[in-house]
Amino acid sequence: MLTVENISKKFSGFCLEKVSFKVEKGDYFILLGESGAGKSMLLEIIAGLVYPESGSIFLEGKDITRERIQERKIGLVFQDYAIFPHLSVRENIAYSLHGTKLTHHEKKEKVQSTAEQLGIADLLDRKPSTLSGGELQRVALARTMIQVPELLLLDEPLASLDTMIKADLRSILRKIHRQGQTILHVTHDYEEAISLGTKIAVIDKGKIIQQGTPEEVFRFPKSEFVAHFVGVKNFFKGKLIRENNSTYALIDDRIRIRVETDEDAGEGYLAIRSEDIFLSAEVMQSSALNNFKGKIVELIPASTGIEVILDLGLRMHSLVSRESINTLGIMEGSDVWIHFKATAVRLIKA
Amino acid sequence: MKKIFSLQHVFLLLGALILMFILAPMLGMILKTSPASLFETARETEVRDSIWLTIWTSMTGTLIFAVAAIPLSYLLVRKKFPLKKLVTGIIDLPVVIPHSAAGIAILGFVSRVSVMGKIGSAIGLNFVGNPAGITIAMAFVSLPYLINAARDGFAGVPERTEKAALTLGATPVRVFFTISLPLAWRNIVSGLILMFARGMSEFGAVIMVAYHPMITPVLIFERFGSFGLKYARPVSVLFILISLSVFVLLRSLAKDKEDE
Repeated sequence: MLTVENISKKFSGFCLEKVSFKVEKGDYFILLGESGAGKSMLLEIIAGLVYPESGSIFLEGKDITRERIQERKIGLVFQDYAIFPHLSVRENIAYSLHGTKLTHHEKKEKVQSTAEQLGIADLLDRKPSTLSGGELQRVALARTMIQVPELLLLDEPLASLDTMIKADLRSILRKIHRQGQTILHVTHDYEEAISLGTKIAVIDKGKIIQQGTPEEVFRFPKSEFVAHFVGVKNFFKGKLIRENNSTYALIDDRIRIRVETDEDAGEGYLAIRSEDIFLSAEVMQSSALNNFKGKIVELIPASTGIEVILDLGLRMHSLVSRESINTLGIMEGSDVWIHFKATAVRLIKA
Repeated sequence: MKKIFSLQHVFLLLGALILMFILAPMLGMILKTSPASLFETARETEVRDSIWLTIWTSMTGTLIFAVAAIPLSYLLVRKKFPLKKLVTGIIDLPVVIPHSAAGIAILGFVSRVSVMGKIGSAIGLNFVGNPAGITIAMAFVSLPYLINAARDGFAGVPERTEKAALTLGATPVRVFFTISLPLAWRNIVSGLILMFARGMSEFGAVIMVAYHPMITPVLIFERFGSFGLKYARPVSVLFILISLSVFVLLRSLAKDKEDE
């Protein structure tokens, strides 16, 4: 539904270089990159607040690159919400309804239902200065969603919120997405990206370096940058299952990995740092709950030791010291026992 | 400790001197004027007409020129253009030029033989020796105050807020009137009051263009010249009291709106 083609723009300190990607209808598309990678500027170009130097933007097949902001059916929620401080919540939400053919009553109804959808119906007559960050964020969403935009652009929507409020907002965003809204969400937080996105594009220094599903991008990173963005090389999709006293994640329907988490059962992603996986040459009783037998596929010298690529029915990476490799007497092709603690597994719910 | 203590004392002393410097002449004048002479003066038609003329010419000038000055201030804040520093400098000129010189400049600009004067005559409007000329002279010297205050006001409106309004379907015109202007309003009102006040107290530029009809600053000058200090005092005191009342009233009205 949205096609961004070779968008380039230079601006003070940053630049966008031939940025191209496609957002399909119904996608929750995440643009992931470090702060200042030009992501906000890209959103402003898509929304029409800024014109690119070259490249085109197509919405539902129509070229909207030079179209006026007001014509584009795109909603944009800014990083700091940009709520109108001199208007009440109700007036903020109703702002975009000015000039439409609705009656006063219809407008009132629309504002009410949109506010209810976002859980802020009780705040309608309040002034923005009396609201918290999470509440302001919902007002910003309500104000934009009431127009029923074809595409919703979010610029770091969860950036300045504390953890609990973040979780609330994340579920609201998921709800909005499930109801059919196509979303393009910009963030620097990879956990946010994985937990919300159906598609991810990683942007670095104004260029898109990789795009695909969360699993494609993180499990098979095409560059050092992407791999290091997350900082983990062990990244898997799995199903979290709670059984009696133990909680484990099932990967590929056959590998069970014990995890420590408060999350409810369901789909998710697991991340384990290479440094947290340790090896032994023989069967060993350890306090770690995860113990597997596997084979060493490859040994690769790394700056901080040796990277050991393992196969235990699942391909994993471990990072050990050179000394350890010698002491254990292991080499490529050797059988080896693999251990890591349940607490070393990072679980991200989808 | 002792050092800081005496530094504060010195500062307090200096501050008190400044305050006395401002208050003493005015207090002295007020005390030397009997209530009776004040009432007598207030009853004089010439005085009443003069005060009223001063007030309405300044107010008219402020309101008419605000229509163009406020948009200019907005442009200065939002648009990037070459020679912006030059334009800013030009705007501040009236504050820097000697008032009588400004008056001569304006006179040349609106006298009957000039372009403006000819246009004016065509529609039956004469500037020299006429309230129209007074209004122009007052506006000339007081515009910078409005423009700078409005600039501060608009500068305080985050551009992002305006952008948000645009993404919600508002035209730039609607954004200006529903977002930019309301959010800058406090500063603009302050600027309007300031421009009005400055206009009302102008003397040098006004006498060049219109000695008659006499605004009060000119009346005070003439009474002093013709009859002396004692005769000029009551008018001065009256004018000061009325000016102060008007400004306190305007300021409090502005504050009320702000608290709403």
